[in-house]
Amino acid sequence: MSDEIVGADASPTSGMPEPERAKAAPEEDRGQRALREIVSGDIGVSVLAFVLALVIGGLLIAFTNPEVTAAAHYFFAKPMDTITAAWNAVWDAYAAMFRGAVYNGQADTFQKAIRPLTETMTVATPLIIAALGVAVGFRAGLFNIGAQGQIILGATVGGYIGFAYSLPAGIHLLLALLGGILGGAIWAGIAGVLKARTGAHEVIVTIMLNYVALYLLAYLLTTDKFTRAGSNQPTSPGVKETAQLPLLLGDWSRLHAGFIVAILASIFVWWLMTRSVLGFRFRAVGSNPHASRTSGIGIPTTIVLVMVVSGALAGLAGGVHILGTEHQLTGGIAGSLGFDAITVALLGRSRPLGIFFAGLLYGGLNVGGRVMEAATGTPIDIVLVIQALVVLFIAAPPLVRAIFRLPTPRAAVAKGAAA
Amino acid sequence: MKLELRGITKSFGPLVANDHIDLVIEPGEIHALLGENGAGKSTLMNVLFGLYDADSGEILLDDEPRTFSGPRDALGAGIGMVHQHFMLVPVFTVAENVMLGHESTKPGGVGMLDLDAARQRVRELADRFGFELDPDAVVEDLPVGVQQRVEIVKALARDAQVLILDEPTAVLTPQETDELIGIMRQLKEAGTSIVFITHKLREVRAVADRITVIRRGAVVGSASPEASETDLASMMVGRAVSLSLGKAPAVPGETTVQVRGLTVLDANGSAVVDDVSFELARGEILTLAGVQGNGQTELCEALLGLERPAAGSILLEGNELVGLSPKQVLDAGVGFVPEDRSVDGLVGDFSVAENLVLDLVHTKEFSRAGALDLAAIRKNADHRIQEYDIRTQSATQAAGRLSGGNQQKVVLARELSRPLKLFIASQPTRGVDVGSIEFLHRRIVAERDGGTPVLIVSTELDEVVELADRIAVMYRGRLVGIVPSDTPRDVLGLMMAGVPHDEATAQAAEHPTEAGHE
Repeated sequence: MSDEIVGADASPTSGMPEPERAKAAPEEDRGQRALREIVSGDIGVSVLAFVLALVIGGLLIAFTNPEVTAAAHYFFAKPMDTITAAWNAVWDAYAAMFRGAVYNGQADTFQKAIRPLTETMTVATPLIIAALGVAVGFRAGLFNIGAQGQIILGATVGGYIGFAYSLPAGIHLLLALLGGILGGAIWAGIAGVLKARTGAHEVIVTIMLNYVALYLLAYLLTTDKFTRAGSNQPTSPGVKETAQLPLLLGDWSRLHAGFIVAILASIFVWWLMTRSVLGFRFRAVGSNPHASRTSGIGIPTTIVLVMVVSGALAGLAGGVHILGTEHQLTGGIAGSLGFDAITVALLGRSRPLGIFFAGLLYGGLNVGGRVMEAATGTPIDIVLVIQALVVLFIAAPPLVRAIFRLPTPRAAVAKGAAA
Repeated sequence: MKLELRGITKSFGPLVANDHIDLVIEPGEIHALLGENGAGKSTLMNVLFGLYDADSGEILLDDEPRTFSGPRDALGAGIGMVHQHFMLVPVFTVAENVMLGHESTKPGGVGMLDLDAARQRVRELADRFGFELDPDAVVEDLPVGVQQRVEIVKALARDAQVLILDEPTAVLTPQETDELIGIMRQLKEAGTSIVFITHKLREVRAVADRITVIRRGAVVGSASPEASETDLASMMVGRAVSLSLGKAPAVPGETTVQVRGLTVLDANGSAVVDDVSFELARGEILTLAGVQGNGQTELCEALLGLERPAAGSILLEGNELVGLSPKQVLDAGVGFVPEDRSVDGLVGDFSVAENLVLDLVHTKEFSRAGALDLAAIRKNADHRIQEYDIRTQSATQAAGRLSGGNQQKVVLARELSRPLKLFIASQPTRGVDVGSIEFLHRRIVAERDGGTPVLIVSTELDEVVELADRIAVMYRGRLVGIVPSDTPRDVLGLMMAGVPHDEATAQAAEHPTEAGHE
């Protein structure tokens, strides 16, 4: 109660008389407000959330390390042994991760030394594109959890065009990518239409469509059209070379032209959200649907468009994934891309540049985690824990601010004053 | 009981809401605290009521320093507060609400509520101050004015000797306001001191013994109720203000807006706008008067196409608007200022420049082939900011950070920045400081003089009378009547309570009311 009263004179909207405030409060969807606060946080919180996650990940590494455990048995006799062992374990693990994700100083040739970095870029490519899609939804106030399903559809359509048709190089690739975009756009469009027409919540619908997409693909992989002749394996034929994204650096690296697509997609989303009429409306609806409606922006139409654009990007991610690295459809083609994309969008604060770097970071964690496991025996699950912690901390900026004693933003000052 | 505040200072971060405020409330005095929205009146009273801790300063009761750590302390010391939002439990009866928080129990110690005692207390107080209040009525069934009485009784039941009324008349009809003023006088005679927080000059002059004016968190002076409204307004705003618009008589042209039999149903199927018909000519202002919640909101939404009417037609220059989307209605030349600017009028996170083109962004002026013309948007913003004197740090500042008056200027500037065939403004000056009201009113009159039919919806009688060329009064979804702008206030007040024009004129002649005096 006191919070609201405090707001009366201290908040920037103090010019508003009480009856209006009372009306405004319940009308704003709590979820949407929370979403907006998460999305609009500053970059510092992102960085610090990551640092914090690394620290806690380090603690976990130390506690689970056998040498540390052994040294801990005589901790009170020789405490430094435990601390040294812990330090070494964490240092070794993170150093291995860095070697695996960015630069391998132990390699004998330059190519081998930077190969990890190109691998990180390769893994990050679909992640960045899909996260851009999720972010478009976020900025328009829609929680598109369905990137996973949209990626599957994009990969399915893109892959099918890639292996089922024979077309000249260039055109074939272009058509396959467009097919991927279309697949994702339609899949998300279904959720958009359902929300616009019936009010069905996009979170529920998109989650359910993920399953539909998953099992649709599993079914398709049992049909003749999607499997190799004479094989009963649930894998599709390989994508023809004319439809593959060309390698950028030669045979020694998997890095393909999809990375350039990711850069272009980032620029496109930046343009869309800040420089286009459509993006203006997306943001307006995301920020205040009431005022948007009063200004003549059709909310249902906008919802469908947002979902279509969001899904198109996720579908493109699926297309790039199969045409660039996978080259054949399998049941698990999307892995956990769609869900990682949500995290990347959050970590990148829904801004294209932020997402670009967050995607690289995430790709690096995945790639480096594998090397860390192989080199030091530290389970790769630690990477998952770090990723999960990042989300947790980003979703709770006040927690991160409290830990690092950052100044509270304006609005919170008044609340603090009442406490 | 004498109440004294000495040097009260309270700041929120960089904002100093109260700056060394001194205030003395003598026993049995009605002391009006006059100031604009955001001047710091409510903060001061929340300090007094123990909701905030003051940064410095002290509170004295009968010359004895006291500290209140919460409302309970304040109540215990004999200070009662009637908030702008009533703090009542809607599903409880009057008696239950009155005893809430200091429930008395029946003798025997088993914790049985003694409702009879509470009922008795309510009757006793109601009798003493000469108003009617049924202790067993359920609060949510009561009219707003009566709910307010419950709040007052609640405070009195705890032996409040100082009663703080925070903007008590904001939700009342003129008649209910008169009744409240009567109750305040009764309380005063019984020795209760009253702090009357308001920004309405007319009421202050009608009831206050002394007036303290607050501006930007500081006391800027005191005045006697004999001071003229213009003087009081000038003190509030800090510069000379002319309250009367002095607009030229309307020169109505051809009638271009015809609303016929408009009916809007709510979710339950009952008519919230009931068979409303009116006409509007070019170059005239029709104001729609009425107490809040009598269908004005729904009528406006129907006019803009936000709400689909169940029946009726809206003709604008012969074209039917019913059935069009809001975008089509706006494109047809309707300018619309919604009643709740922060919800419906502005995107708070958007910059001033972006808000100034919110419904114009798709036009050729501000975009080309789907791409925003940022230069044009910026130029437009600079132009409007200057033209409407919008006080903002820059065009890129978030609109939500502006003061209420400046936010309203942004909305008005946007809606008036294109040629209009009909201009609708709902509560155009609600929560706007006195200085900006004058400016906004002049812009609206200028639009009229440019030949646009103007429909103003307002619950502020002052504004209705000030702007109107004709006045339509709305009550429970129906138009009670359309009357000339020189109709006396008490007649309008009665009409706002549903009394037809003829009858209202007769009644007003018999029982002239306080607020009705010009």
